[in-house]
Formats: sequence, structure tokens, C-alpha cells
Amino acid sequence: MTALLSIRDLSVRYRRDGVGALKGVSLHVEAGERLAIIGESGSGKSTLALAVAGLLAKGAVIDGTIEWTIPKSQTSHSFAPLSVLPDISPTRGEIEPSSPLSPISNVVGEMPAAKPPISPLVGEMSGRTEGGAVERQPSHPRDTIPHLGRDIGFVFQDPSSSLDPVMPVGKQIAEVARAHLGLGWPQSMTLAKTLLDRVRLPSPDAVLYAYPHQLSGGQKQRVAIAAAIAAGPKLLIADEATSALDTIVQAEIVALIRRLVAEDGMTLLFISHDIALAATLADRIAVLRHGELIELGETDQILNAPRHAYTRSLLDAHLGLDARPLLDRQGASA
Amino acid sequence: MTVLAVSNLAKRYRRGGKPFAAVDDVSFEIGRAETLALAGPSGSGKSTIARLVLRLIEPDAGRIDFEGADFLALSGAALRARRARLQMVFQDPLAAFNPRATVARVLDDPLRIHNIASRAERPRRIAALLERVGLDASLASRAIHEISGGQRQRVAIARAIATRPSLIVLDEAVSALDVSVRGQILELLLDLQRQERIAYLFISHDLGVIRAVAHRIIVLDSGRVAESGDARAVIANPQSAIGKALVAATPRLTRSRP
Ligand SMILES: Nc1ncnc2c1ncn2[C@@H]1O[C@H](COP(=O)(O)OP(=O)(O)OP(=O)(O)O)[C@@H](O)[C@H]1O
Ligand SMILES: [Mg+2]
Repeated sequence: MTALLSIRDLSVRYRRDGVGALKGVSLHVEAGERLAIIGESGSGKSTLALAVAGLLAKGAVIDGTIEWTIPKSQTSHSFAPLSVLPDISPTRGEIEPSSPLSPISNVVGEMPAAKPPISPLVGEMSGRTEGGAVERQPSHPRDTIPHLGRDIGFVFQDPSSSLDPVMPVGKQIAEVARAHLGLGWPQSMTLAKTLLDRVRLPSPDAVLYAYPHQLSGGQKQRVAIAAAIAAGPKLLIADEATSALDTIVQAEIVALIRRLVAEDGMTLLFISHDIALAATLADRIAVLRHGELIELGETDQILNAPRHAYTRSLLDAHLGLDARPLLDRQGASA
Repeated sequence: MTVLAVSNLAKRYRRGGKPFAAVDDVSFEIGRAETLALAGPSGSGKSTIARLVLRLIEPDAGRIDFEGADFLALSGAALRARRARLQMVFQDPLAAFNPRATVARVLDDPLRIHNIASRAERPRRIAALLERVGLDASLASRAIHEISGGQRQRVAIARAIATRPSLIVLDEAVSALDVSVRGQILELLLDLQRQERIAYLFISHDLGVIRAVAHRIIVLDSGRVAESGDARAVIANPQSAIGKALVAATPRLTRSRP
């Protein structure tokens, strides 16, 4: 397996004098894998997701490197993702869903041997107004920098915050396709409709023109996912994407993410506080605590042979449908 | 002894101009020191039932008997006195407070409003309440925004028990907590229940949590009772479509070598 991204010694502080939100985290994300990042509140999991997506606030102090390996063909604007435009075939051979980063593509984007730290200051000084990912990775050649939206799809916990309340949802999805795939409006709207169908929204023709407030929480999250994958990103980041949803809708959204990731050969970063939920989806699980990477392993190993006591305590704290009820342990009576 | 008896409760709202039943013909009872869980998908009416029971909203039909009295008929001083016996803990109940208010202030209010302790006596009572919920008495001088989420929920529980209630309505009270903290808060609730014989109306979307602490369960679907019974029996063998869907959707932690 090739690493899609290598994180080395990543440290983040939100204020110059603040405590570290991330402390020297190093990990590789393999191309095509589903990696879960789990941890309790304040463990740094969202900080890690935001850092990867280049979305950290301007004032954040960032140390370390995030190194991408993205085939050139897939960062070019003429790239059309297989799953999204099934009838445009020329690029198909380059991205078989089973091996999205096959060696037939040129591997570019590796950083030079001497890797300068990622510094938001460079972006601030340059005065550019593009996405954070661009500004924070100044050592990358321009065309190998991963773009949020194009190379990275991001799904947030609260779909309402990522959707524009006064724009029809179809247009919001089409906007992503237009911006990153260079499609015209009619094509983008056709694509948006296909995507609404792919995320299993009923009557995509009608939903295309619906506003977010007309949709349920689960439906809004489906729209947000459609927008996140519209440009055919290599990496999908879901940051607590199901935490605001009820159990039944949560299971549906997890199943949707699983299917889309498989169909499009995407790499998945699944951020969650829920180790049981993460385990239903992930090939590997990384456990964060107080900004440090405590343990990283295959899902089976994490569940059955955790090396760290903290991982064990998280597993033990899970209240499953087969756990011994606290009521019994306490001997409480009704 | 029955603490709360709800019969044929109904509440209608309008959606898109058309009336619909948020709560439809719901009946149940809760006994002393008993935990009754309300489960169901989002929008099934759990919080509406909580608000009706607390009389934060008025029902369109039905009857609520609390401690043997017709709760809906009470008003004025009688209602205020009875309200002291019926408390609530929400997901982030202290979010409604001025974040700069101190913990002492938050606990002082119910003691003062319900004439439970004299001004001179109150600091001692506040310290005792904090200790009762496992917090250091020195926390009293801290501002609400200076304490952790778990500590805040303990303060909320301290506030709820300050008036010696017979029933506490808990609406997703542990949903926002980290799992380690969640376990401690659930233990605290069970301990209080045993010691003080408090009944809980326990609302949660998480069947694992319900199974850990509840004696009985009501599964709601679109405002109606889909099924009810012994919490473990219902969760082990749900009969209604919504009950089956909820159980099926609950993530399992399959450990081959536990
Ligand atoms: N003030 C209101 N006006 C109109 N409709 C309302 C109002 N309050 C609740 N509803 C509606 O009543 C139904 C039941 O809502 P309720 O909040 O009781 O559900 P719930 O089971 O608590 O859901 P959740 O798990 O999402 O908290 C929903 O359809 C909701 O939209
Ligand atoms: Mg509710």
C-alpha cells in the first residue's frame, strides 16, 4: 500500500501560549484505507482533521509536516471522477476504484528531503485569500497541493453549518463541481442530481430545488456528503458526521459512507468519539488522548488486544447491548 | 407507590399549516425509585413528553397525576410547591445560565426560591450538595464556564436534588459526555436513586445507556407508544418495527477475546 498522506511530528497550538491541541503526532494514511481517529473531547481529533484539510484557524501555531502523494492526473482540473460522471470514460483507466492510486500515475507531491515546517505565517504574509491548505503548505509545487473540495471532501457534524440556508441544495452541490471540475452549470446540475440519487435522497428532481430547512437532519447530512464527494476527492474526512443524528439515521449514514468510499475508491478519515461505531467502519483505528497518539492498529487488534490501558478503558466504558447493566452491578432496586 | 401517572396525553403542533400529533394518546406510570426510559428516533415525541410532564407546555388532552395530585389542575403557590418535587436535568442544562455565574449561585437559587434554607445556612447546604454529587466544595466559587462538562452535569444534578424531588426528568442528560465521565454520572444517578428513592424519567436515544440504568422502557414512534415493558426484555427481543430498527442500528462492539 502507498501512503496517501504522511503526517510527521504534527503539533498544533491554537494560541501561541496555549497548550498543545496536538503533540507530535505521526501517522501514515494508506491510500484506499478507512482509518478511524477516536478520542474523547479535547483529545485533538478534530484538530487533526482540520490540519489535514488545511482548515485550521489562521492564528494556530503548526509544527511538523503533512506530506501528500497524489497522482498528477487526479489533481488536474480536467479530471472527471469515474463514479460521478459514469459516461465520461477517457479517464477511467487511471482510477480503477480498486486501486485509486495505482503506480501508472505519476507520483508527485512528495516534499523535498529538507522539509520546512508547515507555517501559517507564510500564508499570512503572502496575502493570498485562497483556502488554508494552499497557504500552509508553501513548499508544495502549486499543482500538487491538495485542495479542499477537489482532493479532500469534508463532512462536518452539523450539516446546517456547512450548508447555505438560502441556496437550493442542488445548486450548492453543483457549485462544488463547477469550481473544481471546470464544468458548466447545466452539466454541474446534472451531476448534482446524480449525486442526490447516489446518496439515496428520495426524488432527487425535487430535492435539487429544496432548501436545507425543508430537509431532516439526516437528509441534510446526505446533501452535505453529496457536496463533499462532488469533485471526486481522494480523501473523505467525516468529523463526527453522525453524532448529531439519531441511532437509526446514524446507521444509515455510516452505511452510505461505507458504500460511497468503496464505490469511488476513496480514502476515509472517520473521526468519532464512539469506538464501537468507528469499529463498524474502520480498517484501522488511531486513539488520541490529550493531543497525543496513544495507539494505532488494525481494528481487530485494537478491539481484542489493545496495547494501551487507555484504549482498554474506552472499550470497557462502552455500554453495549450485551454488557452487564450498571443496575445489576449496583444492586439497585425498583 | 406511583409517583407519576400519565394518561392519554396528547399534544398537537402544526407543520406546514397542517396539525399533527407530536404526542398521541400516551399513558404510563413511574413508581418510587424506578427508572422509566423513553426511547425512539428523533422527532418521536420524547422531549415533548418531558416538557408536558414538567408543565413547560400544556397538553391538548390527557391527565397527569404527580404524587397523587392532579398536576394539571395546580396553579400558583400549590404548583410552585409541587414543582420543587419534580426536577429536570437536560443535555447541557447550565447552558441557560450566565456562564460567569458561580456554581454557588446556581445552587443557591433553588434553596432560596423554595425556602429550603436560610441565607446563613445556605453556604453549608451548597457545600453538602456538592459533596453529595462527588464534587469538591471549593468548586462553589468557580464560574460555570470554568468547570468541565462532567463537572457541570454534576452541578446540574446537585441543583436538581437540592429541593429533594421524588422525580427527575433527564432528557439526554448523558449524551454529550465522554464515555468515561458518562459512566461516573450514571453511577451517581443510580446511587442517588438508591439513597433518596428518586424516580427517573430517563430520555435517551442510546439503547446501551438505557439498558444500563433503566428498569422499564417505552419505545415511541411518531408520538405513539410502539411498545413497552421490562427494559432488558424489550431490548433483547423487540416486537415493534421501530424497536427492531433501533436495536439493529445500535453499534456492537464485537470482541472475540473480551
Ligand atoms: N414547539 C414546536 N412547534 C412545532 N413542532 C414541534 C415543537 N416542538 C416539537 N415539535 C415537533 O414535535 C415532534 C416531536 O418532537 P420532540 O422534540 O418531542 O422529539 P424527540 O423525540 O425529543 O426528538 P430528538 O431525539 O430529536 O430529541 C417533532 O416532529 C417536532 O418537530
Ligand atoms: Mg429530544
